[in-house]
Amino acid sequence: MNDVIVELKDIKKFFPGVTALKNMSIQLKRGEIHGLIGENGAGKSTLIKVLTGVYKPDAGSIFVNGEEKRFQNPNEARAAGIACVYQELNIVTELSVTDNMFMGNYVKKKSGFLDYSYMDQKVKEIMSGMNQTVNPSTLCAELGMGLRQMIEIGKAILLEARVLILDEPTSSLGEKEVQELFRTVKLLKKKGIAILFVSHKLEELFELCDVVTVMRDAEHIITAPMQEMTKDKLIMHMVGRTMSNMYPKKESNPGETALEVRNLTRYGSFENVSFTARHGEILGFSGLVGAGRTEVFRCVFGVDPLDAGEIFINGKKIDIRDTRDAIAAGMAYVSEDRKGQGLVLEESVSRNLSLVNLKKFVKGFLINDKGVLKQAEDTVDTLKIKTPSVESQVINLSGGNQQKVVIGKWLNTDSAIYIFDEPTRGIDVGAKLEVYHVMNRLASEGKCVIMISSELPEILGMCDRVIVMRTGKIMGEIGRKETYFNQEDIMKAAWGGSIGNE
Amino acid sequence: MNKLMKKQNTQKKHSTLWGPILAVVLLALVLTIVTGKFMTVNNLLNIMRQTSVNALVAFGMLFVLLTGGIDLSQGSIVGFAMGIVTWLYLNGINNSFLMIILPIIVGVICGFINGVVFTKLHLPHPFVSTLGMMQVLRGLTLIITESKPVSGFNQPVLWLGSASIMRIPVCFLLVILVVAVTSVFLNKTSMGRQIYSVGGNIEASRLAGIKVDTTLITTYALSGFMCGLAALVLIGRVGSTYPLAGEGYEMDAVAACVIGGASFSGGKGTVGGTLVGALIIAVVNNGLNLLGASQDAQKVVLGIVIILAVLVDVTRTRRSEKRRRLAQASSENA
Repeated sequence: MNDVIVELKDIKKFFPGVTALKNMSIQLKRGEIHGLIGENGAGKSTLIKVLTGVYKPDAGSIFVNGEEKRFQNPNEARAAGIACVYQELNIVTELSVTDNMFMGNYVKKKSGFLDYSYMDQKVKEIMSGMNQTVNPSTLCAELGMGLRQMIEIGKAILLEARVLILDEPTSSLGEKEVQELFRTVKLLKKKGIAILFVSHKLEELFELCDVVTVMRDAEHIITAPMQEMTKDKLIMHMVGRTMSNMYPKKESNPGETALEVRNLTRYGSFENVSFTARHGEILGFSGLVGAGRTEVFRCVFGVDPLDAGEIFINGKKIDIRDTRDAIAAGMAYVSEDRKGQGLVLEESVSRNLSLVNLKKFVKGFLINDKGVLKQAEDTVDTLKIKTPSVESQVINLSGGNQQKVVIGKWLNTDSAIYIFDEPTRGIDVGAKLEVYHVMNRLASEGKCVIMISSELPEILGMCDRVIVMRTGKIMGEIGRKETYFNQEDIMKAAWGGSIGNE
Repeated sequence: MNKLMKKQNTQKKHSTLWGPILAVVLLALVLTIVTGKFMTVNNLLNIMRQTSVNALVAFGMLFVLLTGGIDLSQGSIVGFAMGIVTWLYLNGINNSFLMIILPIIVGVICGFINGVVFTKLHLPHPFVSTLGMMQVLRGLTLIITESKPVSGFNQPVLWLGSASIMRIPVCFLLVILVVAVTSVFLNKTSMGRQIYSVGGNIEASRLAGIKVDTTLITTYALSGFMCGLAALVLIGRVGSTYPLAGEGYEMDAVAACVIGGASFSGGKGTVGGTLVGALIIAVVNNGLNLLGASQDAQKVVLGIVIILAVLVDVTRTRRSEKRRRLAQASSENA
């Protein structure tokens, strides 16, 4: 068929310890809007990066107009007519529309000065071709997110893109802007551009796409015309996995309520969030990235201020103004970004392990270094942290061992409530297992363990109860039925369906 | 295996200090050969005197650099602390105790204000708060001293900057004492460790329950304290006060810290390194003096020394990063 502009065939991509893509194939056709959907970590981003030349595939081939291509860098992909508008826009807000659109491709007059009159004219043409009116000399800072996105799309058109990838384009748009975007996308479709539309929102796929591809666990699951699909079918394809048995068995006997929050609100992040967490249980927080889970716990832990709501610990209302209050109340928070928020990378393992409880080792004025080292040796032993010595800089450890240092730092505080935010992200299987063991041990010791995770198998395998959040609200709470969860319930809640009323 | 790695690690730590020390020794050797006057007791004592003021100010700067900040107002704090002495004198107060204690107190207060303005008003960077403070204090100094230089202070006021014990200048002994105390402070007290943590990763420190604002304010107050001390030494060395005292000292201080291995991004640097950095600056200036080079030529050479020193440091960091990448790659392939 001549209609196929870009085809990926049996693409494989490996990262150390992870298969990011296995046998992924997809065809993008002229004048077709192709939806791409899958859970977090299903391999969508990797696929986009292969398409745009950011990653080189380890196996498989890329065809553009029937001709095999090997992109050495993003410029070559761009030259082949493949453009991508990422979720995070690449707009310099302090520059004008024209400057942004022509950045890197400025048109010059013979004199060597920039030819703004030509470029401004071109901007007007492109934007009106998308049914948009915008003054080319406006600063982008004055424009809304919708128009900024239009400018990025316009940039792709300026570069004569024949394939346009939209990576979750609606995530930061309002309802009206979304409709505007859809109109534009349909217009581009008519002009014969192939569009790959990546979204987390099922409704949008049904509204816009002609064909949909589902990915799961780095693999192509199904490609089918949109009208042959239903929401339930899509979800089934996304979930349809067999549970692996990498999750350690455990006994749980939930006790008294340890943490209760009522009507927590931080406008713009989440609203009216209420839940309870008990001693001796593992409570999971599931949902998509950006559902507001991390934001809730940043507030509970006193990192960000709340707009409204109350927090109770062991039934007593407490006032948390900063992280010190939270720590004093017996909370520990393993943040999702270990390098950015968990570790002082240039410092040693022992110093990182004593970051929270250093005061314990102060005698008079001076720190008892021997105590600090002893604590570090003990933690390294219990968590099996692989490090040349406790004096080594943590920057030299592997991701999994770094994560164990972050966790160890909090274990040393002997807290009662442990919040783990994406505790196994980017670490190898062995380290994951260690982390699970730590969580189980804490729960069996009667601590209250809360795990935020975007990986459904992990939530299903580890938790006693699951709370699902979506766009800043709690969508529902799901208990373990006998020994299993109904995973489709969780998926539906996270992806915008309703939990079945059985 | 473990022991070997341990050894490598400790070696790495020291190597940051050995570079500058080696540079001082080499410089001294060259100067000894080129000019007969360098390796004399008198000249060495001279270098000690010349180092003291810059070393003290640089220690102050080090605290701030360790948190990833900068204190541009240091020179003005030195000037203002000295201006207080002038002001006392002009108002007929010639009490030695006040003249010794007030410059230090005033320095601490100025630094404290720097820290509070930076942290509590949520200014974007200490560059702004201390740049403002630099202008304010210089102006105030000129106002309270009526732009007059003053001399004729009592002996106790001059003692710190002019006296010697067994021929060794008291001001240099003070520097050594400060090195000892601040080393212990930075390495063995929780506030000292927090300064490194906050500089290394401010978010991780906040999440670990460290009082970040208090830590930052402390470093600026310490910087002010060092400037107060430096002002006192300067009065003794010069024998008088003058309204433009301290101008540009912050830049020499940054130079000493950076030559000594401190980093602008925070979390890295030692007191020992900073002392060596200050010594290098003093030796270069002293040597060029002996060789008959002009003040202007000294600036050119010093500028080159600063850039070279940082270049060496940057190259070393890049090498160790590469080594780390290679090591990780090989361990992953294994």
